Amino acid sequence: MAESPDRGARRLPGGKPKYSIFSLLRNARSYHQNWQRAWRSPEPKKSYDAIIIGGGGHGLATAYYLAAVHRMTNIAVVEKGWLGGGNTGRNTTIIRSNYMWDESAAIYDHALKLWEGLTQDLNFNLMFSQRGVLTIAHSWHELREMSRRVHAIRLNGIDSDVLNPDQIKKLVPMINIDPSIRYPVMGGFLQRRGGTARHDAVAWGYARAADDLGVDIIQNCEVTGLRRKGNRIEGVETTKGFIKAPKVGCVVAGHCSVLGAMADVRLPIASRPLQALVSEPIKPELDTVIMSNAVHMYISQSDKGEMVLGAGVDKYNSYAQRGSFPVPEHMIAAAVEIFPILSRLRMLRHWGGIVDTCPDASPIISKTDVKGLYFNCGWGTGGFKATPGSGHVFADLIAHDRPNKIAAPYALDRFQTGLLIDEHGAAGVAH
Amino acid sequence: MLLIDCPHCGPRDETEFSCGGEAHIARPLAENSITDAEFAEYLFWRDNPKGVFLERWCHDAGCRRWFNAARDTVSHAFLEIYPMGSLPKTDAGKAAYAGSWRRKTASEAAAKPSSAKGGKA
Repeated sequence: MAESPDRGARRLPGGKPKYSIFSLLRNARSYHQNWQRAWRSPEPKKSYDAIIIGGGGHGLATAYYLAAVHRMTNIAVVEKGWLGGGNTGRNTTIIRSNYMWDESAAIYDHALKLWEGLTQDLNFNLMFSQRGVLTIAHSWHELREMSRRVHAIRLNGIDSDVLNPDQIKKLVPMINIDPSIRYPVMGGFLQRRGGTARHDAVAWGYARAADDLGVDIIQNCEVTGLRRKGNRIEGVETTKGFIKAPKVGCVVAGHCSVLGAMADVRLPIASRPLQALVSEPIKPELDTVIMSNAVHMYISQSDKGEMVLGAGVDKYNSYAQRGSFPVPEHMIAAAVEIFPILSRLRMLRHWGGIVDTCPDASPIISKTDVKGLYFNCGWGTGGFKATPGSGHVFADLIAHDRPNKIAAPYALDRFQTGLLIDEHGAAGVAH
Repeated sequence: MLLIDCPHCGPRDETEFSCGGEAHIARPLAENSITDAEFAEYLFWRDNPKGVFLERWCHDAGCRRWFNAARDTVSHAFLEIYPMGSLPKTDAGKAAYAGSWRRKTASEAAAKPSSAKGGKA
């Protein structure tokens, strides 16, 4: 299994000044009007040692680990909107590492181990809650395949247990285990170490800690071009002018093909909308996360009390940040039958994000043909859970210009060699 | 919900259709003489433009026939629907076809009938 050398409380620098019970009390006296800024808003310098394009969770994590682990502090994160305003703020916040293939187990469990110490590392409450992730099966075939997958996952040292319908009913009293429904609950498997975290806090926590180490975080600054000199990257053209850098890391999810085209780098990516919605808030009812492969549904309850539901990916390419209605409609129809109490809830918000789907449903963490230009993309529908691990190994790749053991299988050349990491279906959810 | 104008059946709901992804990807005939990297262009590399995209659709729950479409991936508007085996005729469609990086790839060059002579049987 992957080691996590940089895991552990307060071993990494960054994230000052500390938040504590004392600062909370002190600031309460001034009605919380005088809290310090969590990060600066600097104007871009003329050049940096490295630029990260994309101020979402993965990009900010990359910048943080570049500064904290590799001591590269003369770096910048360039974001066209606001921090975490893309898929980081649009996902359903589920964290798990129960993937079947060894390469996936390595990276997702590396991420999960980092999650477990991250609130302390960043001195920022990520509201990380290991409430368990239960994936349910709706047919005998799915159940058998699930058992096979559970064995593979356990061989990689990742916790996973198969549950029968009665055990599931005990864990989730609101579930309907009547065998006559359209998607009957025939069993499931549970990763108890899985759970949720507050997605905005992840972006803010990384941004604050990276800023403290000297990283310039430049918001409202769109990259309009990637300047190449021959086979080398020279820097990025932005709406705030040209910024020079010998190393540029692109972490822009749905827009990676657009960015790649600026430097004539081609990717096997299709950008699709992925939709989610929340209900009106209710009292605590669901204290775990439930996913269904066959329906392509995820459900959990937020700390505010909203039921958070995620649907499947749309079937056609789009950059519109909205999806088509039949996709959530299909998911809700099944969800209401499996969880009858949902039928009485009203939907509060519904949104979409553009995800970068890859042919083998695994990410791309890779060098490119352009020296100094790196891509971290292709996370598709499941990138949030990997945020710390993705940033950690991508920072390592950028710092050393060679992938480490965890990142190596995710190089772009796998689409030439055929060494795909085929997580379609095997991933525990149909991508 | 998109209303898609099937060339055979007329306007129908999008739930009746499936999208087959990028159109005009020709299989290299000279597959023995091109490199793995060039074959990957055909097999895995995909055009993914923000704007006009040429793609294939199938009217699954209707006539079950395939057709091509030029669609804007930002507005979702269908700009042109044209038969399989033909090229787009509108200006937007023509520009999208000519502007695609795929036109310059080795895998597309190897898909031309004349290139087949280069391949070994």
